[in-house]
Amino acid sequence: MRTPWQLRVPAAVAAAFLVLPLVALLFRVPWLHLPDLFREPIVGEALRLSLLCATIAALLAAVTGIPLAWLLARSTGRLTGLVRALVTVPLVLPPVVGGVALLSAFGRRGLLGKPIDVVFGFSLPFTPFGVIVAETFVALPFLVLTVEGAFRTLDDGYAEAAATLGASPWFAFRRVVLPMMAPALLAGTVLAWARALGEFGATITFAGNSPGRTQTMPLAVYLAMERDPDAASALSLVMLVVCVVVLALLRGRWLTTGSAA
Amino acid sequence: MRALARLTPVVILAAVALAGCGDSSSGSSSAGSTGAGSASGSGSGPVTNGSLTILAAASLRDVFAKLGDQFEADHPGSTVEFSFGPSSGLATQIVEGAPADVFASASAKTMKTAEDAGAVNAPVTFATNSMTIVVPKDNPGTVDDVSDLASKDTTVAVCAKDVPCGAAALTVFEQADLDVTPVSEEVDVAAVLTKVSLGEVDAGLVYVTDAALARDKVTQITLPADVSATTDYPIAVTTESANPTLAQQFVDLVTGTIGQDALKAAGFAPAP
Amino acid sequence: MGAARSDAADPVALDARVEVVHQGARPFALQAHVAAGPGEVVAVLGPNGAGKTTLLRAIAGLTPLSGGRIRLGDRTLDDPALGTWVVPEQRRLGVVFQDHRLFPTMSVRENVAFPARARGMRHGAALANADAQLAHFGLTEIADRRPARISGGQAQRVALVRALASKPDLLLLDEPLAALDAQRRDTTRAELRAFVSAFAGPALLVTHDPLDALLLAGRIVVIEAGRVTQDADPATIARRPATAYVARLAGLNHYRGRVSRGGIELDGGGRLVAVDLPAQSSSGSREVLIALAPSAITVHTTRPDHGSARNVWAGRVRGIQQIADRARLDVAGPPDALVDVTPAAILDLGLTPGSAVWLSAKATEVTAYTAE
Repeated sequence: MRTPWQLRVPAAVAAAFLVLPLVALLFRVPWLHLPDLFREPIVGEALRLSLLCATIAALLAAVTGIPLAWLLARSTGRLTGLVRALVTVPLVLPPVVGGVALLSAFGRRGLLGKPIDVVFGFSLPFTPFGVIVAETFVALPFLVLTVEGAFRTLDDGYAEAAATLGASPWFAFRRVVLPMMAPALLAGTVLAWARALGEFGATITFAGNSPGRTQTMPLAVYLAMERDPDAASALSLVMLVVCVVVLALLRGRWLTTGSAA
Repeated sequence: MRALARLTPVVILAAVALAGCGDSSSGSSSAGSTGAGSASGSGSGPVTNGSLTILAAASLRDVFAKLGDQFEADHPGSTVEFSFGPSSGLATQIVEGAPADVFASASAKTMKTAEDAGAVNAPVTFATNSMTIVVPKDNPGTVDDVSDLASKDTTVAVCAKDVPCGAAALTVFEQADLDVTPVSEEVDVAAVLTKVSLGEVDAGLVYVTDAALARDKVTQITLPADVSATTDYPIAVTTESANPTLAQQFVDLVTGTIGQDALKAAGFAPAP
Repeated sequence: MGAARSDAADPVALDARVEVVHQGARPFALQAHVAAGPGEVVAVLGPNGAGKTTLLRAIAGLTPLSGGRIRLGDRTLDDPALGTWVVPEQRRLGVVFQDHRLFPTMSVRENVAFPARARGMRHGAALANADAQLAHFGLTEIADRRPARISGGQAQRVALVRALASKPDLLLLDEPLAALDAQRRDTTRAELRAFVSAFAGPALLVTHDPLDALLLAGRIVVIEAGRVTQDADPATIARRPATAYVARLAGLNHYRGRVSRGGIELDGGGRLVAVDLPAQSSSGSREVLIALAPSAITVHTTRPDHGSARNVWAGRVRGIQQIADRARLDVAGPPDALVDVTPAAILDLGLTPGSAVWLSAKATEVTAYTAE
């Protein structure tokens, strides 16, 4: 089918709307100072911390979120709707509120955090683990919703066929369902990763801002805005480039080959 | 990071010094208008109808809201709209051309930024704020004195060094000759207060005015007299103001008796 | 539940009394008894929505029973009254689904190796086994291909090989030929027949195609609206259909009536005479069914006075349809009848829809039998 112009025009508007601010950002970047900026250890530390925490958060979200999405996609009980709504809440919650909620649960005085602190003398806030927890909290709903949608499109018939061939539900899930869903699962995980990488509000509220320990790129960018907006643009550019490179590599290598199968 | 940390206080001190110069140079010219302002506050000045948009530092919220009501009562037919936020963000908005008549900053540095960009005229310092230690009500870190903040077992939250309250906190540590490693450098005072009131940290450094507002949730531990970091609060009419006369009248209200009394009641100290 | 696994199991028999009740927006009730001995191929024939697939799913353990009992040899697979329930993966069945359900992410070889892998065999050994099975059925060529890259007929064969790979006690085939086009059906049906007849256990073949049932099965169970309406060998099904549905599949005119005064008064009006009336003592009821082939009826434009046919009645042509090399008339009676004539006869008699005609049939052609 040829694409009607009624679709082309809004599509072009949407693409331009997304791309133009990024291009404008490029104009702000102080290109000449860029090498100096990258020599700042703080940039490397924040970037490394961001990538590490976002990746762990995305993996945690995948390991727990994929099973949750599977259950949500397959159960029809009255509770399912409630659970789905609750899972969605962090999507609409202002991230700062999410951070306060995390403090109330896992903070030093939190519901769960207090006994842990008393017994183990360990508390999550102000540690890289806190960053991971905050990022997982905001990234998980993205993953669950994306993956649940994909699971819903899966024909139950394949799992049934696997069962009649002697496969336990767990074997069928691992060997039949997961491979069939791989592109969608990867897409959901990448989305969660991207969300975690850009996370700001919940992270700074729950994990604080400690350079080298909990200061991720978005926090560094925000604080750089206070000091030197040009440096902030440059740091944003670094994040932008890293994101684009990672997403392009994943798309090229996994997403397309997976969906072609 | 270390290099930056060593550099930043120097830069900020320099900026504060510069801003101070600016204040003193403009102080003479604004002294007269302050006097005129208190006169107009008593009702003899020209009353102008119209609306004002005032961008003010978040710590001024309660005082300015009160003064705004007072101003509208004194100037029938006028309306005052406020936008409160972090000083640096407000300065950026004004420089980028956001419609505003008055800018009240919690930092001489950000006001200087706006002035250098030609966005405001003749700023004048109308109040100062000073730092204080706050601890959770039950004081889990048993903090009694500023020197306790340097203890390894005491977790401390301060503002990030890039925002004014963080610069002030650094000044406090320098004056007290302490090596404090905060567990977190928050983006603003409110975030520091949140961490302290939830008991996530043992102590935090905030402005006395903020501590006063949160007195239900935190306990204030006053800094010794020789350890004090004060921040100047400058105010100015913007160059793009659609109603500079009315805007100046608001500035006069703030710098006048009524404004100064209200600021004092909120914990601010008068301008030096 | 169940029974210890014995690898060299002797062929067993299936005895399934299946009751499945669905409440709700589209209430549905299935109540059917299907049995199949070792080596027996039983076709479950019925219109769409009759409950054939539900029956198969219940036996496979994909739909739980509401009542009844399913036994396979000495194992009880499902008995709600006893609370017995064997999960599908332990029922030891081979199921060939209508859409084959070959796993799209695996090659043909991996698909065939799947049952062995699921039961814990090592990867290499399972693949070697699969290769042997594929070779046995002449499918080595496509072993490395993904299911999306093989033809419908090949997919059907692979699905069958995969189902048999686990050495099941019972083979269940759900419309195995429905996904194929007409040309492939014939060749694939012949292959299927070879496959299934080589299988030592009972096989259940669900189909809505009477030809599949007649050619592949030794016995046919007809299910209509959730009930078994006939359970007989193909010859009986073809000659003495129990219901109008079966008669239509068998290509016969079908009537219901009562014996009276040496003939049969038909329920829909009209009267037919048959040579052999069924024994009246069978149930005390005098109700009989009648089958009459369309080719056994003769068409006349005037009343045939001097024929040997003892059944003569008037009718009006409702429609004319060409079937292969013959023309089929739909004639309104009573009784209504389908009549096969040559295309030449249509021209000779000048028949068009609306034509008034006379029909005749010999008493020897009228098969009368009691309903079961």
